[in-house]
Amino acid sequence: MSKKPFTVTADTGIHARPATLLVQTASKFSSDINLEFNGKTVNMKSIMGVMSLGIGKGAEIVISAEGSDETTALEAIESLLKSEGLAG
Amino acid sequence: MTGILKGIAASDGIAFAKAYRLMEPDLTVEKRAESNTEAEVERFHAAMKKSESELEVIKEKARRDLGDDKAAIFEAHLLVLNDPELTGPIEEKIKTDSVNAEFALQETANMFIGMFEAMDNEYMKERAADIKDVTKRVLAALLNVELPAPALIAEEVVVVAEDLTPSMTAQLNREFVKGFTTDIGGRTSHSAIMARSLEIPAVVGTKNATADIQNGDLIIIDGLEGEVHINPTEEVAAEYKKRQEAFARQKAEWAKLVNEQTVTADGRHVELAANIGTPEDLVGVKANGGEGVGLYRTEFLYMGRDNLPTEEEQFEAYKAVLEGMEGKPVVVRTLDIGGDKELPYLNLPHEMNPFLGFRAIRLCLEEQDIFRTQLRALLRASEYGNLKIMFPMIATVNEFREAKAVLLEERAKLESEGISVAENIELGIMVEIPSTAVIADLFAKEVDFFSIGTNDLIQYTMAADRMNERVSYLYQPYNPAILRLVKTVIEAAHKEGKWAGMCGEMAGDEVAIPLLLGLGLDEFSMSATSILKARAQLKHLSKADMEILAAKAVNMSTAEEVVELVAAAQKNI
Repeated sequence: MSKKPFTVTADTGIHARPATLLVQTASKFSSDINLEFNGKTVNMKSIMGVMSLGIGKGAEIVISAEGSDETTALEAIESLLKSEGLAG
Repeated sequence: MTGILKGIAASDGIAFAKAYRLMEPDLTVEKRAESNTEAEVERFHAAMKKSESELEVIKEKARRDLGDDKAAIFEAHLLVLNDPELTGPIEEKIKTDSVNAEFALQETANMFIGMFEAMDNEYMKERAADIKDVTKRVLAALLNVELPAPALIAEEVVVVAEDLTPSMTAQLNREFVKGFTTDIGGRTSHSAIMARSLEIPAVVGTKNATADIQNGDLIIIDGLEGEVHINPTEEVAAEYKKRQEAFARQKAEWAKLVNEQTVTADGRHVELAANIGTPEDLVGVKANGGEGVGLYRTEFLYMGRDNLPTEEEQFEAYKAVLEGMEGKPVVVRTLDIGGDKELPYLNLPHEMNPFLGFRAIRLCLEEQDIFRTQLRALLRASEYGNLKIMFPMIATVNEFREAKAVLLEERAKLESEGISVAENIELGIMVEIPSTAVIADLFAKEVDFFSIGTNDLIQYTMAADRMNERVSYLYQPYNPAILRLVKTVIEAAHKEGKWAGMCGEMAGDEVAIPLLLGLGLDEFSMSATSILKARAQLKHLSKADMEILAAKAVNMSTAEEVVELVAAAQKNI
């Protein structure tokens, strides 16, 4: 399993458009991808799951992926988070 | 029955047709014990598949008829429909509780809807509506009932509904649906926005439309006044036929000018641009043939929220406007906050004279973090269209130089980060302070353009608070003092080969237009819905004649005399 922590830097946190982008990106991979925040873990391929976490600025999140394409998946998500200025 | 319903005029125009009640089918769900859970899961999958293909069809139709923007909602519905967090628990529930698919679906969806509705965030609440819409579709598929299919209507109708959901509105066939009326909703509700983009008359929020109107009743929708007539008398019907024809004639007359340039009777071109507040306003700009955006008020990005918008949020908005205008000029005014526009989260101290106080460029030059974030977003967006940047409330040449220096610093920073910025971005100022108008010749050597903000220029020149009714008689756009300032500014611009525009109320004013044309104004920026009317007016004006008129006007003694002069000249046209 690959796993990586991030700190959310976007002022509005992760909802609306960023959540859609994250879900769409995660859904491209066959690995199981999870998003962990504040003791809760949700499926990152679920728009409702991701949004229900109510992730705000400064939040410490952990993204994990497990499966044949876990490394590429995590890389793609990381580059999305950075290019969109969401987390670092 | 007969009668009149009053509601909110949501979309212009008048419609006559038979009523078509668009009512939801009975989607009541009963709980049943199911022993063959495998078969039940299969049934659920089949209903999902059916719903997915229905949504794809509606999405395509929406994309074709209404554009990508409106189709995005169905994109979101598809995302919800395929959400493993929704489908997983439903399958789970069917299996572990041995219940029917309808019940498992409804229970699970309701849990999510409740969760999203409870969130203190508009966006999340809207997602609850998406889940409801999607659930309804899958339920109908499971129950084997047809959802109303307004797309299949084949005669002229007025649709009567409690409310119109996005999927319902998208299916409305423009050929046959002549108008609609609903029980609930307001001018900014989804159904109203859709009606305007479909350009069909609508009256929403009538409370009683579905209670009072039966299928086949003759209905008049008056989207101008917000009235719905049920089975009107012949006299009323005849009167409305006349109004309908008059409205259609006027619209048709103006619509001819949508793709035309604005040319005066003697063949001179001026630019008619629109004032906008958000990227969504571009729909109106296009529908009304705007030749550009003359004023993009960026304040709305900062208002109605608890914190400053990020660079990324701003970039997206600016990019959307620039791309949307497809290379036509877009003048973006940097943050103009203070005065009558407050931002509670900035915690600015209360002022005795906010209009003369710490606002607009004064605030931006002091709170440079805010200013720099906006400038970066603008510069990054500049690659996507024809951007011009304008600073508000400039009172001295030094303020302009300082603001420009900050902009150049941000440009250099971006370039050193390898981010490309458009080569030629015109840099201008709002002329709304008399000191600036008076030395416009000196400003003209340094700026690329002027845009005259008449609302403030008038109040500062006349020393009359425009919020104070007792001195409202001093709000005089046609006062020769104002006309002379406008003349000074335009002449100063032209002398240096620069252009001058106007973005206050005055630019779209029927009496002012002949004078402004005569004074040599290059760009008139107004609310989008005024553009076609102004274009029609300008077509009949000769610039040469208006120059003579304007020369006389600036030598009149009073505003009243100016108005009389223009009225007399109009009569001769």
